Amino acid sequence: MEYHIQTPISKEDAAMLQAGDYVYLTGTIYTARDAAHKRMDEALNRGEDLPMDLNRNIIYYMGPSPAREGRPIGSAGPTTASRMDKYTPRLLDLGLGAMIGKGKRSQAVLDSIVKNGAVYFAAVGGAGALLSKCIRESSVIAYSDLGTEAIRKLEIKDFPVIVVADSRGNNLYETELLKYRREQD
Amino acid sequence: MREIKASEIAGAVRDMCIQANYTLSADMKKKFEESAEKETSPLGKQIFGQLQENLKIAEEEQIPICQDTGMAVVFLKVGQDVHVEGNLTEAVNEGVRRGYEEGYLRKSVVRDPIDRVNTGDNTPAVIHFEIVPGDQVEITVAPKGFGSENMSRVFMLKPADGIEGVKNAILTAVRDAGPNACPPMVVGVGIGGTFEKCALMAKHALTRDLDEESPIPYVRDLEKEMLEKINGLGIGPGGLGGVITAMAVNIETYPTHIAGLPVAVNICCHVNRHVHRII
Repeated sequence: MEYHIQTPISKEDAAMLQAGDYVYLTGTIYTARDAAHKRMDEALNRGEDLPMDLNRNIIYYMGPSPAREGRPIGSAGPTTASRMDKYTPRLLDLGLGAMIGKGKRSQAVLDSIVKNGAVYFAAVGGAGALLSKCIRESSVIAYSDLGTEAIRKLEIKDFPVIVVADSRGNNLYETELLKYRREQD
Repeated sequence: MREIKASEIAGAVRDMCIQANYTLSADMKKKFEESAEKETSPLGKQIFGQLQENLKIAEEEQIPICQDTGMAVVFLKVGQDVHVEGNLTEAVNEGVRRGYEEGYLRKSVVRDPIDRVNTGDNTPAVIHFEIVPGDQVEITVAPKGFGSENMSRVFMLKPADGIEGVKNAILTAVRDAGPNACPPMVVGVGIGGTFEKCALMAKHALTRDLDEESPIPYVRDLEKEMLEKINGLGIGPGGLGGVITAMAVNIETYPTHIAGLPVAVNICCHVNRHVHRII
C-alpha cells in the first residue's frame, strides 16, 4: 500500500503500517547519528532532558553534506541504522515513534518496535541528492560542535520511505530476499 | 629527471575529489543501465529508477551523489624518473582539503579512532604509493563510503580450502553485508599475498574499470561465476529483494606463502567512485 503520513507519527498510523508499504512523510523530523546518539544517551544517564521532544517524533539517521548558498541542505541520504541499535530501545521506550535509516536492526530493536508500536523505515541508501529535494528547511538544534553529526530539525515534504520493520514484528529484509533467492550449490 | 611541482599534484587531487563525488565514471554508468534492465523485482526496479534519477540530479544540480562523500583513498604510481618539488604527501592532503571544502563535500574523518574529534577538512587521506618505471605520476582518487567499508572482510584461509573456500568467503561477506552496504554493490576481491596485501588488492580491484576483465583465465571465470552466485542471494537493490545484488565482481591475485590462502573482500556500494589522471 501507499500512504501519505504527517509527522509526528500517531500511534494509529504506526499500527496501520505494514512491512512493504511505501510511505511519503511530511512534517518535522530530527536527525541524529552515531555521535549524537552517544551524547543523548549520556545526557539521559545524567538525568538531563534530550534536545528534542521524542513523543511520536521521527529520528532520521543522517549526516548531510554542506549546503550550497540558497539551499537548505546538501546531499542527505540515510546512514546504516545498526550502529544506533545500542541506544535505540531506550529512545523507543521514551516515546520515539519511528526511525528512518538503512540496513538491518538488532533483535532487541525489533522487539522494542513491537512493544512500543513504532516503525522502522528505510530510505534508499546512496540516493542523497534525490532525497535532499524533499527537505525544505534544516536547522541545527543541538551539538553543533559535531558538524555533520549535529542534531538537525528538518521540514520534509513527501519524503519517500519504505516500511521495513512494522509494529507487528514483520521484517521486509527477511521476507523479500527469500522470494528471489536461488539455491546455491 | 622530470620535475613536477607538488602544487600541480594538489590541484589535480582537488579536482578529482570533486569530480568523483558528483559524477560516476562512464563504466559505472554503463553498468547501472545494464543492471537496471536485468532487475525483475518491482520494488528493485523502482529503486534502480530512483538511483538513476539521483545520479542525474547530482550531476545537474551539483549535489553530491551520496552524503557520505567518503574517506579519500589515493593510489599514486610515481615514476622513478620524476622529482617532485615539495612535499608529495602534504600535496595530496592539501588537494583533499581544498576539494572537500570548495566542493561542498562532507568532512567525515576523525583525528583518532577513539577520541573521535572531526579533523574538519576530511584529511588525512589514505595514500598508497608505488614506485614504477617512467617519468609520470598516475593518480587514482577513490573516495570510500563507510556503509559498505564496514561490511568488508579479510579471511585467512588454508591452502586446503582451495577455490571453494574462496567462493564461500566471498559469498559470506556479501550475505552478511546485505542491505547495510547499499546494494546493488561492487565487490572487490584480493586473493593471495599476505594479510595486508590481499586487503590492498581488494581495494585496488574496486578502482578497476568495470568492463575490464581479469587477464588470468581462471580469475575471469571466477569473476563471472561469483557475480552470478551473488545475484542468486536475492538481496537485491536496497536489500529489499531482487536478482541484482551486485553489478560487478573484480578480483586481483598475487603469489602467496606455501601455508596460506588470504582472501579479502572489499565491498563498495553502488556509488563506486574512482577517477584516474596521469601527470
